[in-house]
Amino acid sequence: MTSDSFYREPVPAEWAHRHLLDLERLTPDEIRLLLDTATLFKEATGGCRRKLGVLSGFTVVNLFFENSTRTRVSFALAARRLGADTVDFTTSSSSLSKGESFIDTARNLEAMGIDAVVVRHSTPGTPHLLAQHLQVGVINAGDGPHEHPTQGLLDIFSIRERLGRIEGTTVALVGDIAHSRTARSNIWGLTKLGARVILCGPPTLVSDRWKECGVEVSHDLDAILPRCDVVNLLRIQFERQSTRPFPSVQEYAHLYAMTGERLRQARDDLLILAPGPINRGVEVTAEVADCSRSLILDQVTNGLAVRMAVLWLICGPRAAPTTTPLGSHGGRLV
Amino acid sequence: MATLLIRGGRVVDPSQGVDRVDDVLVRDGLIVSIGHGGGQPIGRADETIEAAGLVVCPGLVDMHVHLREPGREEDETIETGTRAALAGGFTSVACIPNTEPPIDTQAAVEFIRQKATRADTCNVFVVACVSRGREGKELAEIGRLVEAGAVAFSDDGSPVYDAELMRRALEYCRMFDKPVLAHEEVLELSRGGIMHEGLVSLVLGLPGMPAAAEDVMIGRDITLAETTGGRVHVMHVSTAGGVALIRDAKRRGVRITAEACPHHFTLTDESLRGFDANCKMSPPLRTAADVEAIITGLADGTIDCIATDHAPHAREKKLLEIDRAPFGILGLETAVGLTVTRLVATGRIGWPRMVEAMSLLPSRILGIARGTLQPGAVADITLIDPARSWRVDRSRLCSKSINTPFDGWTLQGRAVATIVAGRIKYRLREPAAP
Repeated sequence: MTSDSFYREPVPAEWAHRHLLDLERLTPDEIRLLLDTATLFKEATGGCRRKLGVLSGFTVVNLFFENSTRTRVSFALAARRLGADTVDFTTSSSSLSKGESFIDTARNLEAMGIDAVVVRHSTPGTPHLLAQHLQVGVINAGDGPHEHPTQGLLDIFSIRERLGRIEGTTVALVGDIAHSRTARSNIWGLTKLGARVILCGPPTLVSDRWKECGVEVSHDLDAILPRCDVVNLLRIQFERQSTRPFPSVQEYAHLYAMTGERLRQARDDLLILAPGPINRGVEVTAEVADCSRSLILDQVTNGLAVRMAVLWLICGPRAAPTTTPLGSHGGRLV
Repeated sequence: MATLLIRGGRVVDPSQGVDRVDDVLVRDGLIVSIGHGGGQPIGRADETIEAAGLVVCPGLVDMHVHLREPGREEDETIETGTRAALAGGFTSVACIPNTEPPIDTQAAVEFIRQKATRADTCNVFVVACVSRGREGKELAEIGRLVEAGAVAFSDDGSPVYDAELMRRALEYCRMFDKPVLAHEEVLELSRGGIMHEGLVSLVLGLPGMPAAAEDVMIGRDITLAETTGGRVHVMHVSTAGGVALIRDAKRRGVRITAEACPHHFTLTDESLRGFDANCKMSPPLRTAADVEAIITGLADGTIDCIATDHAPHAREKKLLEIDRAPFGILGLETAVGLTVTRLVATGRIGWPRMVEAMSLLPSRILGIARGTLQPGAVADITLIDPARSWRVDRSRLCSKSINTPFDGWTLQGRAVATIVAGRIKYRLREPAAP
């Protein structure tokens, strides 16, 4: 799968999934396939700028039960770069309380003849439930604190693009691990590809139990920083916390914010990631966010590449025996 | 003079230390004797059930059942719930008062009793609220509720949160010798929780309900029972810590009893990995170590009885997102199968202990004249086929709801006949699988 026109071929047989729900249950090879496909799409679209049309005639619905700007826009642009039509359906769970369940909502959309649903919801497992009730592909765009697989993939993609590898690297995820879907997707993706993962933050946000998943846990950022190739600064999710897990924002920033001073203690080639939106002054200072080692804007571009790859792998034409000519709209699995 | 003869079954009656193959004779709704009592041969009866190969025991008693009526008839009614009880081998249920409105007046108790009489299924004993309106603020009229027939008091669904109110309830119930059935939960620790707090909740990103939320409240109520001399009954124990606290309290002579639910000795928090709301209940499914502690506690008698916490919810409610779906699962129709499969067939407990835990001890705790086959006792009898293997099919349940995580499971052991006051109220019609 290296030619310029790889996307005219059927989806590789190694990709057997109808949905992308989480990274936890993908194999390392499947994750590599996703990343490689994203690389091809990034090249084929001239850095995610040109249109390809491989999903022309397809319709992708962005079903967002929770507010989002960048992920929704990123999925919509990725779908359009591939030639698909997109529809946004944004609502909140509470507005559904008139009696229609989220499953009914999704079934209604499905009945209008769509090809994939990109779903975001504040409750973990909601995409998994939809996948059980719908025939079309379901892509998880973030389910509460559970997973955000395309964010995890684009973070890993950005690291791999810059360092050329994942295996053997040391990546710290710093901040609100407890409430972070990005953290969970990164943990699974990175460890499966052989990175060493360190979770760092106060014990109220970083459970020691994570060690049982093969990652390191630290509550002292200054102690681990010199060992890191990458730090990924996760946003404090004030909106998901029922009680405040630390005494004050100032105290949190004092202990865990990535400042210019901390940057100078780190290795010269340390890379800074942040999934955004960032709270400047809380997780990271402006000085660091805008410095040359920050990949924050690369992440946004790479998000398009990863999402094009995901959409194509989920919706794209399958090889025989069910294959039909591309564009005839019949190649998707049912 | 209608007579019923149950012939040649394995009669298990721990109230008399009986466990032998024998006949049971019933006349006019009462037990006449086990075997030939008095030397008169039992040969002829108006009706005879051949019970060879079956366990014949005093009718099973489930002391923790949510019948949902009044107020939530879309989930269950007294009629459908008691039919499910009969199909599960239960001749008596105690219904929990978290209905809408809650059962906190004589009139409400009377309503349940009338509905139960009209349904003409199994016995329904009424548990009434500890607090007026189940609001946890002031005591309900416990004396008048006892007069109306309430057998125990509980604010289940919620703990009695005010420690002083709990203390007063235990003291006040002493004069009627009624137990307070306690839902043990420190709400601040479990707030927003959906499942057990542990590695699985961490990975799934679902808010957790730590074991400590249950253990801390059990500790409080043990101390209050000890100080007041009142009777506290811990409902649905789910933690190893809770079992240890109860074991220790019993050793000290505290008047405490406890129950465990079949799902808590069968499933763990791993079941939540598919985000199935049918695995969401309170207290939640916990770890393998907790399951083991529950089984040990049932085997050594620390946990007195098995109760189902039968909690029906209409299908659409469980189809919601897991945080909006209500807590609770069905229990009545799978309890015997799960208990035989998990505890008896594995050798963890014997049949006499199972019958004690599902009939004799719940009767004693509630102070009801059931749980025995002694001459003169009401002839509530359950016949169980201990070897029968069967598949749970939620579309064939008697309950109005289908919220069971055991759909499709193959279980061993099933009630084949349920007899209430000498009348055969349920007989399994399905032939045994070859």
